[in-house]
Amino acid sequence: MSAIENLKTSGCAVRVSGLTKSYGDLVAVNSIDFEVREGTCMGILGPNGAGKTTTIEILEGLKQADSGSVEVLGRTWNKDADAIRERIGVQLQETVLTEKLTVLETVRLFRSFYSSGDDYREVIELVGLTEKESSRVGDLSGGQKQRLALGCALVNKPELLFLDEPTTGLDPQARRRVWEIVGELKRQGGTVILTTHYMDEAEQLADDLIIVDHGSVVTRGTPQEIIAGLEAESVVSFVPAERAKFEDDELRALVGVQEVRREADSIVLAVTDTQRAIGALYQFLNERGLELLDLNTHRPTLEDVFVSLTGHHLRDE
Amino acid sequence: MRLTRMHLSLFLREPEAMFWTFGFPIIISAVMGFAFRRGELPESRIAVLPGPGQAELIERLEDIPHVVIAEALDETEARRSLLSGKLDALLIGTDADGKPVLLLDPDRVEAETARLRIELALRGPGDDFASIEHPQGNGSRYIDFLYPGLLGLNLMSTGMWSVGFAIARMRQQKVLRRLLVTPMRKSSFLASLFFARLVFLILELSILIAFGVFVLEIPFRANWFSFVAVCVGGAAAFSGLGLLACGRSQTIEGASGMLNFVMMPMWLLSGVFFSYERFPDVMQPIIKLLPLTALNDSLRQMMLEGQSVVDILPELGVLGICGVGSFLIALKIFRWQ
Repeated sequence: MSAIENLKTSGCAVRVSGLTKSYGDLVAVNSIDFEVREGTCMGILGPNGAGKTTTIEILEGLKQADSGSVEVLGRTWNKDADAIRERIGVQLQETVLTEKLTVLETVRLFRSFYSSGDDYREVIELVGLTEKESSRVGDLSGGQKQRLALGCALVNKPELLFLDEPTTGLDPQARRRVWEIVGELKRQGGTVILTTHYMDEAEQLADDLIIVDHGSVVTRGTPQEIIAGLEAESVVSFVPAERAKFEDDELRALVGVQEVRREADSIVLAVTDTQRAIGALYQFLNERGLELLDLNTHRPTLEDVFVSLTGHHLRDE
Repeated sequence: MRLTRMHLSLFLREPEAMFWTFGFPIIISAVMGFAFRRGELPESRIAVLPGPGQAELIERLEDIPHVVIAEALDETEARRSLLSGKLDALLIGTDADGKPVLLLDPDRVEAETARLRIELALRGPGDDFASIEHPQGNGSRYIDFLYPGLLGLNLMSTGMWSVGFAIARMRQQKVLRRLLVTPMRKSSFLASLFFARLVFLILELSILIAFGVFVLEIPFRANWFSFVAVCVGGAAAFSGLGLLACGRSQTIEGASGMLNFVMMPMWLLSGVFFSYERFPDVMQPIIKLLPLTALNDSLRQMMLEGQSVVDILPELGVLGICGVGSFLIALKIFRWQ
């Protein structure tokens, strides 16, 4: 790329505008827009079926959008596919690597496709698989396979890394290791786009976030901005002895209560003044002679924002 | 009882299994019946080398029914034809006593029939009508005919299955998809399959030929050029066909079906177990264009008759075109995800 082109696109690694894709009658992606600044991590958070994978696969060049424009590292897939492929790294949602090859052989194979990149041993060390270098892929644990897939995505020192649900199905320790590797990458100045349905992953890794549901963006911003949008200091959930004996509006009238929601097993309140609201709640229940079986408070999370915006949860619909 | 019924219905619901159990044997029987239909007694193909008395000999032989006089201008070629079973008997001149010398291959049943017919043509009462010679070397036994056919069949099967199956599995497991996001050239991927196949084919062919030559005493009269040419041609043709057949198969089962579909006609028609000349004339041009036919013919000509690369050029041409053509089409239609 010439210096001028460099200037034009510096700052913006990915630009997406009006992206739409349908499968028959099902609209998987419904006119999504966003931009990803260089050197940041953009998270795409949403439940299963929200269109995250379709979106990221269009960005990776695996799928064609029905309409909208996509610019990756200043180029388009139509014209500069090979140039883009040299500079990106991709970890697909289900990466299946050939079982009978060893870790070493797999990494070397992927390294061979690129004209420049890291020494393959360095990559293996980066993902912590040096001990398992000569093991066959089939003998690795789930977490190790995922790290190997991540390593294959990193062989060419990519400027832009795509991760599609990188820690699904992994145990907590394995997840943390993946987060460490992504953190290291960000420190080195790379750009990352990741999809996930785990809010803790989004909070941990994403600098910017878009939350999607049923193909559309429901909110965007930094994780902190999004949570602040709830305008609540904390979230209180409680289980009364009997739920039918009062209306939601009565609860809403209590001091400091912002929002009321009935879940399957509890009643959830978004409150602006935790102390006073809890006090008011106790009094409320006492007046009606209702016992309080359980009470819980926590700082608002992305999950809370999601539920308040869409009416359902991020996981396990 | 219910278990038995379950097995029966599961079987009936597998169309492929149904075909192979019921349809295939019927097809095989039909084709065999067609190839081996007999209208008349088989003929003896006899040649007489040029020389004194040739015209008279030929005249007498022509009087005998079921005798076909073949042209024999060159003694070396004629002897080769006898060795490979294209001629049943060869008259090569006269011996010291003025009797015709008859070249016959004792391994073949047809030789005896030819000898009897010649005897009929030449014998006068109480006549010791000819002296009989046997050729040196072999190459006309049924096993000599069969072995190269089996080699060809083996190369086709292993070639197409290894390539086709591998890519169907890689596609089904989404391994191909992961490769798509890299700068890997699609043509490099397909070509790599050809080269890997070529290595194995050379190994397979060498081992099997060694076995045939040392244990079964199959003649091997080829030179290195023709051997290499046949290897490359065979590898190209069948790795290409395998790629093409499985280029769009979504599952391993689908790939198996396609491969069987492509290979079956060649199993039956390409002259593996018996000469394809038994099929009607109208089918001959089509049969000759099948890659397995080309491979079998070139193997036989190379091993049994010692033909050079130039001689087997038409067969190599068929293999080459099949290979290159399949690759080009596969490249276009290949399904990567």
